This record gives sequence, structure tokens and C-alpha cells, in this order.
Amino acid sequence: MRRHAGPLALLRWGISLVLMLFVLLLVTFLIGKAAPIDPVLQVVGDRASPEAYQEARHRLGLDRPVYEQFARYVANAARGDLGRSTSTGRPVGEDLRQYFPATLELATLGIALGVLFGVPLGMLAAHQHNRWIDQLLRLVGLLGYSVPVFWLGLVGLLVFYAKLGWVGGPGRLDDIYQYTVDSWSNLVLVDTLRAGNAEAFRNGLSHLVLPAALLGYFSLAYISRMTRAFFLEELSKEYVLTARVKGASELRVLVRHVLPNVAAPLLTVIALSYAVLLEGAVLTETVFSWPGIGLYITNALFSADVSAVLGGTLLVGLCFVLLNTLTDVFGLLMDPRART
Amino acid sequence: MTIQLRRDWWLSDAPESALQARCGRFYRMGLRALRSPAMVFGLAIIALLVLAAIFAPWLAPADPNAQDISQRLLPPGAAHWLGTDQLGRDLLSRVIYGARPTLMIVSLVALLAAPAGLLLGMCAGYFGGWIEAVLMRITDIFMAFPRLVLALALVAVLGPGIVNAVIAIAITAWPPYARVARAESRTVKGSDFIQAARVQGLPTGRILFGHLLPICLPSTVIRVTLDMAGIILTAAGLGFLGLGAQPPMSEWGAMISTGRQYIFDQWWVAAVPGVAILLASLAFNLVGDGLRDVLDPKNG
Repeated sequence: MRRHAGPLALLRWGISLVLMLFVLLLVTFLIGKAAPIDPVLQVVGDRASPEAYQEARHRLGLDRPVYEQFARYVANAARGDLGRSTSTGRPVGEDLRQYFPATLELATLGIALGVLFGVPLGMLAAHQHNRWIDQLLRLVGLLGYSVPVFWLGLVGLLVFYAKLGWVGGPGRLDDIYQYTVDSWSNLVLVDTLRAGNAEAFRNGLSHLVLPAALLGYFSLAYISRMTRAFFLEELSKEYVLTARVKGASELRVLVRHVLPNVAAPLLTVIALSYAVLLEGAVLTETVFSWPGIGLYITNALFSADVSAVLGGTLLVGLCFVLLNTLTDVFGLLMDPRART
Repeated sequence: MTIQLRRDWWLSDAPESALQARCGRFYRMGLRALRSPAMVFGLAIIALLVLAAIFAPWLAPADPNAQDISQRLLPPGAAHWLGTDQLGRDLLSRVIYGARPTLMIVSLVALLAAPAGLLLGMCAGYFGGWIEAVLMRITDIFMAFPRLVLALALVAVLGPGIVNAVIAIAITAWPPYARVARAESRTVKGSDFIQAARVQGLPTGRILFGHLLPICLPSTVIRVTLDMAGIILTAAGLGFLGLGAQPPMSEWGAMISTGRQYIFDQWWVAAVPGVAILLASLAFNLVGDGLRDVLDPKNG
């Protein structure tokens, strides 16, 4: 692909970001339209008189043409107004602000673990190409691709919580700590630290560690495999040979010479797996009763709460689109060839 | 010229017909594939799955939906090899029958999404210009969407069930195929044999399907096989959330979801279908990896 440099490129990415958000909104809007649930009936109940029905329909703007409804939907979403959840009775935006930090905390810790272990392991596998450690990591990665996350979560709970008692069970805190700290950021680790409650912090960590390790394993499988591929390709190049001939240690070759060259694609891989973790949390949260956005969406699903489902979908989609665009921009900024 | 069953006919270096040459090529590929133990293992599991799905009524020791409350939650043993669930249903039979919805979802998604993506990508790569710009922009946008959550929202709206799960997964699964096909067709678009076909006045449709398609097919097949593992996991995830196959049909994801309540004391109810999902998706991953080595050596 041809690379543009400078502000023009940023403008291009800006336009593509807006376009993506527009299509995302269009998709969620259309899904909402296709829902076999009459939003008017949800407001007035099914015994309303035809006049009351028409009145409510008019107030919801449903008698307007579809494109006008869509324009209103976009304008509302831009203001953070995603409608009212019928199951919690609160504005969806408010709900999401409360639930999203839990997912963010989980996914961020997961990706941190994935990067911390995945990148060095991938480097090691590339360096020990086709030796036993490479084969072992290949197997670990293959299992990571093949095992259903919700099932592994259950097995993890069975082994580490029920049998060994090493970690906290489902939920974010034990019941006795539940309301001891006020939710300021809705991040358990931050809130307990802020309250200076070391015991609650440890408890929160013990609940977080299993689901985070689980998500970390899944991102490790992907990150280490991609790291290995990137490094393998670079290691056969001549500058590596030059560095080795000049007596650079293997660690120095890998970290100082090769790593900067694969940093841009590696960053893309990491951002992608972060986005996937945010989404994959849907299944993990169900298993661990983790009150995040995944649990919110699935609970809304079963109470036919369309605006909550679509609000959640929109938020996850927004994270995806933002992460995608950001990595593109970063990749561009990090590539010396794109600088002028 | 007919196919002969002599080994040297299959391996001849001087094929006498196009048919013989083609047979020889596939035979060699097959031989190469069978040298990899991982691929053989994967193929064996897939064969087992297909057999289990087809011959389920004969293979299963019991009716998968026959309830017997007096026999509920039995551990694996002589009477029930893999134990029983909370309604006393034989888990082995349910796992065998569970191969049916899984294979059905996987093959339907592949049949819907792969041709659609392939066609879009081929057109984009071959025609170029604004057609390519528009098609690939759409692909990029769909690529940047969360697949599972979008499938979830779609199923929520369409209503739970196997068919809707297939539609939801297929709608989110086609973009990678479009990308692969577009990359392949762009590289061969300018090559001599395409030029020759065009100069001969071949209609565009025949160039696309007769000349471009065979080039794009191997990489698409690899992608589909590798994707099948992911489709199995997505389908199982939807089933686990109660949005896939509906009870009393035995579906692995849904079985794990019921086993969840008994995980601490009767672990086998959830463990057995989980192992089935793991093996099925592992098999497709292994075969996909192996196919990549055989069909596409340059990216091995």
C-alpha cells in the first residue's frame, strides 16, 4: 500500500474513522429496526387505546420517515443518549458508564499479561526455530485457538477456586467487601487503593486474577504466534547477520536490532487482540458473573431490551473502530519511511 | 483416457492428459499431507465427527433425549460411559448427536460466507478503480466490527435458533475471504494468461470464474478451514448463551451451559461437551495448518 505522510494522512484516517462510525451506527440502527419488538407497545402497554398508541408513536418519532429517524438516532448517540433501558429503567448511557470499567479492567489486565509473556515467548520461539521449545509453544498456541473460553473458565473455577482455593470465585469482590468502598472509577483495583483498603484490594485482585489470566492466555496464543512469524522473517535478513558478525549478543540482536523493525506490525497485533479481548469478555463475564458490558448485553438480550443491546454493541464497536484507527495512525507515525 | 489404479500412472512425470496431470498433482499433495502426523490426526477427528453426525442413531447407545430421573448425574461408568446429565440423559449419546448442529452450522456458514467474500474480493481485485475502492472500503469497515457482539445482537433481534445463528455468523465472517481473494486477483490480474484470455475476447464472467477462481481457491480453502475452528467456537458460544440450537436438541455449547450449575460436584456434565468442542476445533486448526503447508508453500 502506498503511504501518505503528514497531516494529509491523518486527515484520511479521520475521514475513514467518521465513515466507519457512520456505518456502525447504520448497522445498529437497522438491527434495531428489524427487531420484532414494538417500542411503542413497550411504552404504552398492549391495552392502550389506538389514540394513546398513536400519541406515543408520535412522541417517539416513529411516524417520521426512516432517514429522519436515523438522523435523530445519530444525533442522540453523538450526545451520548442511547435511549432508556427497559430492564434497568435507567438511561443506557448511564448503565454503560457503570458497567464498562469492569470490562476495561479485566481486558486491560488480560492484554498486559498477554504482551508481557507473549512477546518474549514469541521471540524465544523464533530464536529456537523448530527446536522443542518452538514446538511446545506451537502446541500451547494451538490449544489457545481451539479451546472455548467459557469452558476453560469453568474448568479454571473448578480447579483453582473450588478444589485448590487459590483464587476468589465469581464476581469482583467477596460479599463482605461489596459495599465497603465507594465506586469512584468503577475499577475495583483503583477504588480499593483509593480507599486505602488493602484487604479489599487483595480480595479484588484474587477475583480478577483468574479471568484476567484466562484472557491473557488467549491473547498470548495469538501474540506469541505473530511475534514468532515477524521475527522469523527478520532473522534471515542481512543486517542481523552483520550485527552477529560484529559480535552483538543474541539478546542484543533480538531486542535492539530486530524489535524496532517489527514494532509497527506487532503494535497492530496487540491492539487487535485488545479489541478482541474487550469483545471476548462477553463470554468470560458470563462465566465469572463479572458485572461488565458483556454481562450487561447478555442480560439485556433475555429481557428483549433492544436499546441496551444496541447501546452495548455500539460501545464495543466504537472501541474496535478506535483501536483499529489508532494503530493505523501509530504505525504510520512509527515508520521512518512515512516521515518527510 | 480413464483413471487407472496403477501407482505409476498417478505418479507419472509425463502425464498424457490433463486429467492425469491433475490426478497426479492431487495424489502428490495427498501424499505430502499424510506425512504430517498433525494433519492425519486432524483429518481423523474430522472424519470421526462426520461419521458421528451421519450415523448418530446407530452409534449412540441411547436416545439422546430419553430422560430417566432415577439415573440423573451419574459419573462415567459401565452403564453410561461418559455419565448422565441432570435429567438422566446419556452424555455419550448427546455428544454424538451434538456433532450434527455443529457440523451443520460450520458447513452452512462456510457455504454462505466464503463464496460471497470470494466473489466480492475477485471483482474488487480484477476490476480495480472505484469498484475496488468501494468494495474494499466496505470490507474494511466490516472487518473492524466486533464479530461476536454483532452476531449476538443479530440473533437477539432475529430470535434464537440454528438458522439465525448461521445467518448472524455468516454476515460477520465474509470480509477476510474478500481480502484474501482481492490480494490474489490483484497479483495475477496483469499476468500473461489473463491478458491472453482477454485478447481472445473471453467474456468477463468466464475470465473471473474460469481463470481467476482457480488461482484464488487454494488460499480461500485454507482460510475457510482455519476459520471453521473459530466458527465452531462462536457457534458454541452462542449455544452457551442460549442463543443457538434450542432444547431439547443436544448442542455442545448449550450442554456446557446446563453443566455449569453442576460444575463443582458433577464436573463431567460440562467437561464432556467441552472436550468435544476442543477436539473439533483443534482438528480444523491442525488441518488448516497442514493445508497451508501443502497448498501454499510460499507462506509456510
